[in-house]
Amino acid sequence: MSSSTATAMQASSDAAPVTRDALVLAEFADVDALLAAAEKVRDAGYKKFDCHSPFPVHGLDAAMGEKQSPLGWIVGMMAMLGGGGALLLQWWTSAVDYPLVISGKPLFSFPAFVPIIFELTVLLSAFGAVFGMLALNKLPRLYHPIFNSDRFTAATDGGFFVSIEAEDPKFEVEQVKQFLAAAGATHVEVVKEEMS
Amino acid sequence: MSPVTARQEALPLDAPLVLGNPSFSDLSQDVGGITEKKAPVQWYLLTGFFASLAAIFVGVVGYLFWEGIGIWGLNVPVAWGWAIVNFVWWVGIGHAGTLISAILFLFRQRWRTAINRFAEAMTIFAVICALLFPMIHVGRVWVVYWTLPFPNQMTMWPNFRSPLLWDVFAVSTYFTVSLLFWYVGLVPDLATLRDRAKTKARKIALGIFSLGWRGSNKQWKHYERAYLILAGLATPLVLSVHSVVSFDFAVSQLPGWHTTIFPPYFVAGAIFSGFAMVMTLAIVARKIYHLEHIITLNHLDVMNKIMLATSLMVGYAYSCEFFVSWYSGNAYEQFAFINRATGPYAWAYWIMISCNVIIPQLLWSQKIRRSIPIMFIITIFINIGMWFERFVIVVTSLANDFLPSSWDYYTPTIFDVLTYVGTFGVFFTLFLIFLRFLPMVAISEVKGVLPQAHPHTHGHGGAGHAKAGHETVVGGEA
Repeated sequence: MSSSTATAMQASSDAAPVTRDALVLAEFADVDALLAAAEKVRDAGYKKFDCHSPFPVHGLDAAMGEKQSPLGWIVGMMAMLGGGGALLLQWWTSAVDYPLVISGKPLFSFPAFVPIIFELTVLLSAFGAVFGMLALNKLPRLYHPIFNSDRFTAATDGGFFVSIEAEDPKFEVEQVKQFLAAAGATHVEVVKEEMS
Repeated sequence: MSPVTARQEALPLDAPLVLGNPSFSDLSQDVGGITEKKAPVQWYLLTGFFASLAAIFVGVVGYLFWEGIGIWGLNVPVAWGWAIVNFVWWVGIGHAGTLISAILFLFRQRWRTAINRFAEAMTIFAVICALLFPMIHVGRVWVVYWTLPFPNQMTMWPNFRSPLLWDVFAVSTYFTVSLLFWYVGLVPDLATLRDRAKTKARKIALGIFSLGWRGSNKQWKHYERAYLILAGLATPLVLSVHSVVSFDFAVSQLPGWHTTIFPPYFVAGAIFSGFAMVMTLAIVARKIYHLEHIITLNHLDVMNKIMLATSLMVGYAYSCEFFVSWYSGNAYEQFAFINRATGPYAWAYWIMISCNVIIPQLLWSQKIRRSIPIMFIITIFINIGMWFERFVIVVTSLANDFLPSSWDYYTPTIFDVLTYVGTFGVFFTLFLIFLRFLPMVAISEVKGVLPQAHPHTHGHGGAGHAKAGHETVVGGEA
């Protein structure tokens, strides 16, 4: 870190906080405008961008060039863990550790073990689906610079947004602003965040 | 063919799902606003009333723990009385919520968005009430955790060959998965409420529970996949839960219980009673909270048709049971069913038949399907009838089994009644708290079925477009 930044940060404690550009946020009028803009951003080669909408917009994955979610693989693994674990648990407790003949059934009564194998398969799969989804989405994440925008509250109400983050290799503020305005945005703003 | 086509065109599903053509923001306001303004006076009255019932439940159960289950009307042949009847009844009610949220989702029934949140909440609270009964029925409630497989100082394990243990796993899995499904559905709506919040306390609470949801498409992508997988998991789960509940009976040797029709018959009955309860609640809530344009008459009409269909399934099961008992040539089976219809509990049997099979036939008439007072009364009858179905199954088979010398008549005590009434207090208090503080309609899902949520300039056009809903994949140039 250069000495000038350090001075600036020192000054920040008693002056206005030092901020930097976090992302450019553009608002669009409706679903169609959002889809068209997403395609343009994708084709322009931006990588760290996202679209925000109050409900999932169909066709947006293709417009953004997004790959399919890998969540199914996580759930599939959890399902095998749940089913296999349930089988092992029931076999070991009923036939090995605590062998007790009940109503003449064999110690390892597979048909009787099916319901619990099924239930634990579903239970662990559901954990995989929910917690896997949260992990893939990096949630919970209570702070994100995008929340610094006052307009962004509309993203959960009736607004449609495209954001291009400063981390994107192609990011250059003025260029991105012009690009998004040309893509049909009704409003473009630069969202800043405090330097930590 | 033409009458069929004409009728299909008249189906309410082709009518707009949300009336009055609201904007996205209108929906946030209509549903989210309810949780922000002062509750209507009816809310306070109802909550006061049901919280008192819940207090009675706490008192009665406290006495039960102190004194033991001897305070109930159980006797030696009838060791499963109201507690098990109520357990099966409450679990059954829960099933409609999962049917609406999961099965109708997989079948792309877009009208479900108006009622799914509501019905899922009902599921969770009904399953809570259901879970209470086996727990208090074991008598020594402080050792109820012995049903779980964990290494312990007694070096004992639960008996995995027992249907009662399957039930522990089935119902607790069902509760957990329903809760997760409900919460996942709530996250985007909680974010909507967070962004509307005015006070600091609301901002913090909703901010935490909405997990920092940004409505970004990279999040929606995983979210929708998770929702689809959960729906796919919940569908066989809900069918399995009441099947496993029915195994509690079917795996035993008792005449009237030992039958293979039980799993599908129980599932149909569960959906039947659950829809009746969803309707009972929805009819009241849409009125009090002025949501008639979201939960429309068309929705109620469609649900009435599902009730009619499940009523016929249940009616079929009743007659099939009779046929099979005759066809089996087994004197005990034959007696069990004749005894149900003509024996000491014939009154309960005929209440069941009237409420579950005869009265719902009124729903063949479209006028009745669209008359709110009449359908409300019908749903109440179904709720009662389905309780009696479980009463008939549990009590008649136990009271009059193989040996006449061991027969006895079962009568509940005041504590049985108060415990059951008390669970209504628990259920409705939780439900009213939900109505007060959480969005009772899935806002983001209803937004997704509005006409303006579907892209127009891209992809398909043409005749099929107006009806193309979620299933349309509008892929740019791909």
